[in-house]
Amino acid sequence: MKRLAPYLLILPGGLWLLIFLVVPMVFMASVSTQEGDIINGFVQTFDFSVYGDALTRYQTQFLRSVGYGLVGTVVSIAMAYPVAYWIAFRGGSRKSTYLLLVLLPFFVSFVLRTVSWKFLLADDGLLLSPLKSMGLVAQDFHVLQTTVAVIGGLVYNYLPFMILPIYVALERIDPRVVEAAQDLYAARSQAFTKVVLPLSLPGVFAGVLMTFVPMTADYVNAGILGGPSNTMIGNIIQTEYLVNTDYPTAAALSFTLMAVMLVGIFAYARALGTENVLEAAAR
Amino acid sequence: MTEIQAGSAEEGAAVAAPSSPRVPAIELSGVVKEYLAQGEVVQAVKGVTLSIAGGEFFSLLGPSGCGKTTTMRMIAGFEDPSRGTVRLHGQDVTGVPPNRRDVNMVFQSYALFPHMNVWENVAFGLRRRKVAEADIRRRVGEMLEIVDLTGREKRRPREMSGGQQQRVALARALVNNPRALLLDEPLGALDLKLRQAMQIELKRIQREVGITFVYVTHDQSEALTMSDRIAVMNDGLVEQLAAPREIYERPATAFVAGFIGTSNLLDGTVEESTGGRAVLRAGYEGRILVEGGTHAVGDHVAVTVRPEKITISAEEPEGDVSAVRGTVSEVVYLGLYNSYAVRLADGAEITVFQQNALDSTSTAERGEAVWLSWQPRHSYVIGS
Repeated sequence: MKRLAPYLLILPGGLWLLIFLVVPMVFMASVSTQEGDIINGFVQTFDFSVYGDALTRYQTQFLRSVGYGLVGTVVSIAMAYPVAYWIAFRGGSRKSTYLLLVLLPFFVSFVLRTVSWKFLLADDGLLLSPLKSMGLVAQDFHVLQTTVAVIGGLVYNYLPFMILPIYVALERIDPRVVEAAQDLYAARSQAFTKVVLPLSLPGVFAGVLMTFVPMTADYVNAGILGGPSNTMIGNIIQTEYLVNTDYPTAAALSFTLMAVMLVGIFAYARALGTENVLEAAAR
Repeated sequence: MTEIQAGSAEEGAAVAAPSSPRVPAIELSGVVKEYLAQGEVVQAVKGVTLSIAGGEFFSLLGPSGCGKTTTMRMIAGFEDPSRGTVRLHGQDVTGVPPNRRDVNMVFQSYALFPHMNVWENVAFGLRRRKVAEADIRRRVGEMLEIVDLTGREKRRPREMSGGQQQRVALARALVNNPRALLLDEPLGALDLKLRQAMQIELKRIQREVGITFVYVTHDQSEALTMSDRIAVMNDGLVEQLAAPREIYERPATAFVAGFIGTSNLLDGTVEESTGGRAVLRAGYEGRILVEGGTHAVGDHVAVTVRPEKITISAEEPEGDVSAVRGTVSEVVYLGLYNSYAVRLADGAEITVFQQNALDSTSTAERGEAVWLSWQPRHSYVIGS
């Protein structure tokens, strides 16, 4: 009984993942190599050409998604690091209040917040109409339906996922270690680059995992804030699945996206010298 | 160790002054440190003036919150004094940041860089000062030899024992050949045996490198064993600054007497005072003899007596000794010696240590009425 206890404890979570993650994935993998349509039904043909066709057809959206994900991640690091640093080292007794503020947007629905951005940034919206009436920006100037709006939305929605892991990593740094660096003739900037930054990299790494993956796969921001030239691969998958009911193509695109991101992440982990991705993410 | 000391010439980045034996290594004058805590000004250090000679092993000793660590942090440059000046080798460094001070610190929890191996940790300071790579290799190698860590260069701090981490911290500071090494309770995290071994080790290293050590501790036995001189601090002030023997044998204040070892505090009124000797009487049978000083008849005087200086006897002792009468209230057998608690008529309790010698005749039982006696020179008058 005692030896079984650990297995019994992981049973609920394990079953949950098996039923709701593994089974659907196997099912979708099978769908991706089927042929047919929704009216006449689908037949398994093990034809893998759908992968090549889908990739060729939606190459642009694929590259755009990875590009948006990369830019969004870099912008997030640049914005999140100072915030996390400030809370960790200057937050004092109000640290938890500041963390709550960072998490506050999660109390409002993701879609609702993105839609409110649409009102805010619309051509005659709260931000642009006063600027236009004051003549500060051109009448035909617009923010919506641009790359900037989509990446801005992505960064806004996933920023807390970058701030929190960096904060946790910084918070765990013993201030005495920073003092030791200064005592050993490091100027403030050197104490940061030689000690604080390297010690916080696991947090940055975890933050990148937690933002790059969902940003690249996101379709809400491109759908609400972007225009036809901002379509991401998530939007394509959604359209293929729900509008065109071309299940094999949608499934093939999903698996390709997953493969691309897994390969990318492992390459990134290798390049950063982190032996174990999961360990780094857990720290 | 001449090779290591020769290294200081190339380290122009830090504040350095020509060293002269007459200029103290460290000089604090009228140093005050005030904090603002919940809208109130709190003085952590209330005016410390002291000077530490080059090559000295100097201890700042006191209970937690006495200001010893703050004093050390002002020498290191982590805190700026609210008033007063800090001088290193004659040069005023008040307000100079820690990275530009030629002193290094060994932190209480070692504060080793967890992402660097032993070698990188020790080389950190030399790298920041842009010492040539060949010199770094030589000096780090030599220093690891001194602290007996040769062959462990590639280890990470978390893969090492507490004692080894301690030696890495020591090497990391000493390799820079600083004007002074500041040690903040460096042995606090080690177990007793290792601590005693490290005390001897520290003393050996200090003799070997000839660098001024400033040692912060709350452990009186540690301070007594290792130091050339000790500053006993209490409530932000230095109570006594003297050599260990002097501190122990002649505590200047009641606080020092109580903090260092076990001590008995007695007081009485001067009854006679002739030829540099006074006789005190108090609310119990007997007399206390005090040597030296001038005490007028009727003065109230407090003295301390160390427990091991007192003899217990059943009969009133003869001769020129202090002798007081009391009742044994407790006897504790401690192997090497017995510890007696003897209650005097006025309620004061006196601790007495009697060594368990083979022919020990001076044994007393609980409840027994006894005489306690000691030589006049063992009564130390405490400043008020």
